[in-house]
Amino acid sequence: MSELITPSQTVGPFFAMRLPWPEGPFVVPAGTTGAVTVVGRVFDGAGNPIPDALIETWQADPEGRFAHQDDPRGASASGYRSFRGFGRCPTSPDGSYRIVTLKPGPLPCPEDPGGTAEAPHLDVSVFARGMLDRVVTRMYFPDEAEANAADPVLSSLPEPGRRATLIAVPAALPAGQTGGSVLRFDIHVQGENETVFFDV
Amino acid sequence: MTSGSLVVPSYGRPRGVHPPLDYPGYRSTVLRHPKKPLVLLPQRLTEVTGPLLGEELITPADGDLTMQHDGEPQGQRIIVCGRVLDSDGRPVPDTLIEIWQTNAAGRYRHAREHHPAPLDPNFTGVGRAITDSGGNYRFITIQPGAYPWGNHYNAWRPAHIHFSVFGRAFAQRLVTQMYFPGDPLQPIDPIFNSVPDPKARERMIAQFDIGLTQPEWALGYRWDIVLRGRGATVFEGGPDFEGGEGQ
Repeated sequence: MSELITPSQTVGPFFAMRLPWPEGPFVVPAGTTGAVTVVGRVFDGAGNPIPDALIETWQADPEGRFAHQDDPRGASASGYRSFRGFGRCPTSPDGSYRIVTLKPGPLPCPEDPGGTAEAPHLDVSVFARGMLDRVVTRMYFPDEAEANAADPVLSSLPEPGRRATLIAVPAALPAGQTGGSVLRFDIHVQGENETVFFDV
Repeated sequence: MTSGSLVVPSYGRPRGVHPPLDYPGYRSTVLRHPKKPLVLLPQRLTEVTGPLLGEELITPADGDLTMQHDGEPQGQRIIVCGRVLDSDGRPVPDTLIEIWQTNAAGRYRHAREHHPAPLDPNFTGVGRAITDSGGNYRFITIQPGAYPWGNHYNAWRPAHIHFSVFGRAFAQRLVTQMYFPGDPLQPIDPIFNSVPDPKARERMIAQFDIGLTQPEWALGYRWDIVLRGRGATVFEGGPDFEGGEGQ
């Protein structure tokens, strides 16, 4: 019934009037025990930063569950019932964004629920002026080598050489920050190091 | 669900509906589209779930863009309402809609907006709403204006309202634009025409509705937003799912 679907259009240059909100980048409040700060920059095909992009992230809670009616296991029994799982951050003039969150747990694969797991990951959408539809990528964690090796998405990329574009790298804590950890996840929309994007 | 099996939704992948990411008529796409083919991502738990944002973000003034300041904004008052549905006709309830638009003179309230049209101190041009149990939404606002842009010589965008919709799943997320009927700029607008199918373009145009129009007060426009349809896939289960609470 795709003949009924409303087409996508670009988010344009002025989405910042509405879409960002102060808590948007904070999936959990800054200072939360175990918080991971994901930082990164978004680049275009000329290697220039994209200063008017919007990053959105969606992920499971640390137990690998979603507080959502379509997670057939239901929400986590403990602690994370109110986990928002969603982050949103517009890029700055230098193309940078930041999301503060908790590392998600691994997820069972519906096609092999007792066996293979999906490695911890964030689904990431990028919207911008000049993009007529969002592009979607995934961010995986660098300290999950074994899980990443078994992940059904990472292990079946048509171009295995591009796998590294989906894995964040450890980064230094910003000045003044003493707790938590920082990961860097740069996104190259086009170019030599083009990030792997998905047809969802 | 039966013991040992797992049912998760699946969302159809529309072909030929959305614009191509590489569309040279809209110049800004040139350096902002992936050149490598997209990799097919089977829909698993992350893709068939999605953020359930709502009440904590909404205030009553968010649905009426004419009541956000001390005075009334300039321009033609309009009512925009409709339903969020999936392509099988099922309403999508409790989903957040975010909108932004120009004022009546075609100017956005944004620091990087340089169009020398007047700002309206009584109009910001942003709104939020949540669909009700029938998927219905409603905004009161001002007819936005057309405005020039730098894509090519004498380029003007047709009047439109930007809409952001979440739906029920990450796979349903949609950002689009609502246009107005009879706008002579639509046939020459690269963004509108980036949608390959002319019938699909028409689905971005609201319909004037005299029944929705309120006498002596505001014109009514109706616009339904249709997201990807939802099927179900049954998988053989395993230990992780046995005895789960299910749906």
